[in-house]
Amino acid sequence: MMPYYKFEYFGFDFSLVIAFIIGIGFGFALERGGFGNARILAGQFYFYNMRVLKVMFSAIVTAMLGLFYFAWIGWLDLSLVYIGDTYIIPQIIGGLILGIGFVIGGYCPGTSFVSASTGRYDGMIFILGIFFGIFLFGEAFPWIESFYNSTNMGRVTLPDFLGISYGMVVFLVVLMAVGAFALAGWGEKVMSKKTGRGVE
Amino acid sequence: MTHGKSFEPKPYSNPYLVGVGLGLVLLASFLIMGRGLGASGAASTLVAVSVEKIAPEHASNNNFYKEYLGDGSTNPLKDWLVFEVLGVIVGGFLSGTFAHRIKLTTEKGPNVTNKQRLIYAFIGGTIMGIGAKLARGCTSGLALTGGAVLSLGGWAFMFAVFGGAYAVAYFIRRQWL
Repeated sequence: MMPYYKFEYFGFDFSLVIAFIIGIGFGFALERGGFGNARILAGQFYFYNMRVLKVMFSAIVTAMLGLFYFAWIGWLDLSLVYIGDTYIIPQIIGGLILGIGFVIGGYCPGTSFVSASTGRYDGMIFILGIFFGIFLFGEAFPWIESFYNSTNMGRVTLPDFLGISYGMVVFLVVLMAVGAFALAGWGEKVMSKKTGRGVE
Repeated sequence: MTHGKSFEPKPYSNPYLVGVGLGLVLLASFLIMGRGLGASGAASTLVAVSVEKIAPEHASNNNFYKEYLGDGSTNPLKDWLVFEVLGVIVGGFLSGTFAHRIKLTTEKGPNVTNKQRLIYAFIGGTIMGIGAKLARGCTSGLALTGGAVLSLGGWAFMFAVFGGAYAVAYFIRRQWL
């Protein structure tokens, strides 16, 4: 029965080996996608390169469908898969701040590690910025702790929140992704005509 | 002279194929570990450990650092996300090596200097660090992982990230375009 770690097929020390191997797969995929390069990532926000959206949504759909079918067949106990609690207001504000940092800095944390390991100075400096930002957050924490812990809604998923079945939400997310892919392709075509810049 | 050409950087892979590959890595993490991917958590552990080394009492009085330092029974660096991120660094390097894309350079638009770009990178990284901690995760841990498990917070966060980025993109277009 999966998840294997939760059923004690192996212990904590071996889970670190798994972490390293999964990390290699993660970093490999990010680099293949061009996400070690800030210009590719930033292209998303000027509509001339929609790779971020394409990779992100196809990854979400793949993993989401996998989880759904493994649970449906009965191989996976979905209640043992970690889902963090929702703190809706701090998470929306944090997302807005993170998005601003993304377009100014050109990376997010995961992609900056790939960028640095493939030799990009901007990625290395970006990582130093992350450390500094986390340090500032840590130092300010006593003052923002109550906001940080506000609007806790618990372990809430879209099916819970919307009051529709898990399968229906999965289906709607797939539909939305297909729609987004079509729009992304169309947007890139329009932009490349307008700016004369090909899809990189 | 095909020899020289073979060391040109190869073009990036098809985004949909990459997405499916990334999704399978994420799925493997769920099925084996019962948890998804992450990145910013490893940086938080490093920051908390550094603060603790320099000012142990200061760190132990702070609930944020304490969360990453644990109860002292194990080394806080012996952490799942720290090892995962070490893998990310190795995996990115391997992929870049196979595709001849390892290069000491600064990625930027044509209208800014390297120095300007690095200042932007530092400021952006700082803002990102603050945002990721306030939201309890970043693009990997919250948007990607939370997206796949259909977490309400994950989806709200994802739309907020795109919203924040599109809202300010126009004002810093000079850096990229």
